Amino acid sequence: MRDKISSSPVLSVVSKVLFAPIIIFGLYVQFHGDYGPGGGFQAGVIVAAAFILYSMIFGLAKGETLVPVMVNRYLMCVGVLLYAGVGILSIFLDGMYLDYNVLSTNPSSGQHIGIILVELGVGITVATVMIALYHSFASFKVSHE
Amino acid sequence: MFDLFLDDAPALVVVLPLIASAIIAFMPSKIWPWIISMIVLVFHLALSLHLIEEVSISKIIIYEFGNWEPPWGISFKIDGVNSGLQILFSSFVLISTFYSRKIFLNEIEAEDTGKAYSLWLLAIGSLNGIILTNDIFNLFVFLEISALASISLISLGAGLNRKALLAAFNYLIIGAIGATFYVIGAGFAYAMTGTLNMNDLIIQLSQYSDGQLAIFAGMSFMLIGLMVKAAIFPLHIWLPAAYSYAPSAVSTLLAALATKTILYFFARLLFEVFIIYENYLIIFLDFILFPLSVIAIFIGTLIAVYQDDIKKLLAFSSIAQIGYITLAFSLRDHSGITSGFVHIFNHALIKGGLFMSVGYFAILYKDRVTLSSIKGFGYKYPITSFALLICGLSLIGLPLTNGFISKLYLFQALYINQMYIPIASVALSSALAVVYFWKIVEQMWFSDIKPKPEKEDPSIYFPIWIITISIILFGIYSSPIIEFSTLSADYLTQGLQK
Repeated sequence: MRDKISSSPVLSVVSKVLFAPIIIFGLYVQFHGDYGPGGGFQAGVIVAAAFILYSMIFGLAKGETLVPVMVNRYLMCVGVLLYAGVGILSIFLDGMYLDYNVLSTNPSSGQHIGIILVELGVGITVATVMIALYHSFASFKVSHE
Repeated sequence: MFDLFLDDAPALVVVLPLIASAIIAFMPSKIWPWIISMIVLVFHLALSLHLIEEVSISKIIIYEFGNWEPPWGISFKIDGVNSGLQILFSSFVLISTFYSRKIFLNEIEAEDTGKAYSLWLLAIGSLNGIILTNDIFNLFVFLEISALASISLISLGAGLNRKALLAAFNYLIIGAIGATFYVIGAGFAYAMTGTLNMNDLIIQLSQYSDGQLAIFAGMSFMLIGLMVKAAIFPLHIWLPAAYSYAPSAVSTLLAALATKTILYFFARLLFEVFIIYENYLIIFLDFILFPLSVIAIFIGTLIAVYQDDIKKLLAFSSIAQIGYITLAFSLRDHSGITSGFVHIFNHALIKGGLFMSVGYFAILYKDRVTLSSIKGFGYKYPITSFALLICGLSLIGLPLTNGFISKLYLFQALYINQMYIPIASVALSSALAVVYFWKIVEQMWFSDIKPKPEKEDPSIYFPIWIITISIILFGIYSSPIIEFSTLSADYLTQGLQK
């Protein structure tokens, strides 16, 4: 599956070194989102960038063994359901839809819990959708060659 | 326990289909996606009925998402304007989902039905959001979700005809341009007023009553964006291909509801928000929307007369029918807005019924339904053909059908405003509608072949007949539609001077 570019040892070593830090940075952006700039959208794209880099360097087949297509598809829905689930949970706790105040006894900590869960849902969905987009476009090209 | 949900009905009618859409994506593609869709839409109808009951008591419901007060948070608003549309929407999606099962099984591959229902519910949830939202940016989000879901649904028609892909792509590009225009306009409005909430926008805009160029530019961008989405002539070019190459169940949903919800919002934006600039509104309605509607009525019908492909014929007739609605709105008085809403209701039923019947013919004939292919269908499939006949007569505007009520109110509104040329144009277009519908009837009943009747599938003709009976029912007893439309017009004419 390796093409010409990925056979370069520089690229494969650099991408191996970068893989974990990119994800760590993604997680930082994700969970720092309620204090500073960041949040689910940006973090999701950063985390997806790590996986897309892996697929680009080591080939689509290895990328799809790392993130199987079905798992990816389920995670897309899980992210959305996590977001919507927080909304439904707040209805069960006698609040409005997505009313974070009722998630905890203290409204302020309720807001924290709510925003972290919702942003996590956004992050999961954005990351998996980005990976799915890359994989589907990449596999389209492979099947034609 | 159930009360807990009833309080949140405005959010749930949008959220439930969206959640179910994500759950269905997990499902193996058998019968489950359809069963879950049906269950969700039954709840949807129950919640809508509850909303109507609430609105009839309290007149207006504002639902604040996340308990953030408007204008800071996003809010949904249900009042006299959209309560009737909500009930139409909710009942029609239930019937068309019931109808869709066998059609999807025949028209798209079995492994795709799960995806199809996931997208189907996504489209339903987002179109419902367009009806309820009270926030101009939130509307853009729903416009985009509904467009993307319907584009994917249209492209599922590629299994039958590869042209579906081209139709979906055209809709994607043109729809995206429309949505971009809308969001640029909303951006202008936000830059000038600092608000996205429609009620607050009315207050903030009235500060600039002398008129600011940026606001006029913003309003124009928003209106043109919505005109693209609502397929108002001459911005309709995406519509005929999109409706005719989509799977039949999808054509039904889109033709009946997609443009109608956007026309509703168009009216709401014009008569509730932009009414502050009456001069601008008069110029827009009298010199842009009015002539375009008259041309649309004429051109749409004329092109339909020359169509051979029946789904395309119906799509072009939709452009003329959208012209009737916008013509009614362009009269900018109580009678005009009433007749516009009456036709939104009636046309949704008529076009829904027509596309449903033709969709059934398409799976029976296993190819595109053209005039030559339906020879003798009146004898071969009498039950469905008869439903098609009634829907078609209603489209022409025959008495005892709801199409007659539409035409009556439109003529009345035009007469009050002394618009004699449009009356002639509407009458001429009705006459031409007889021509193209007669071509269908001629092939179905008066061709040289008279085949024996064949068995028809009750699970398909049952929903078709529900729509057909409602067409006759609302033609005889039209007061529910008239009441809802008058109520809408009452709310929307509060700001009008005349």
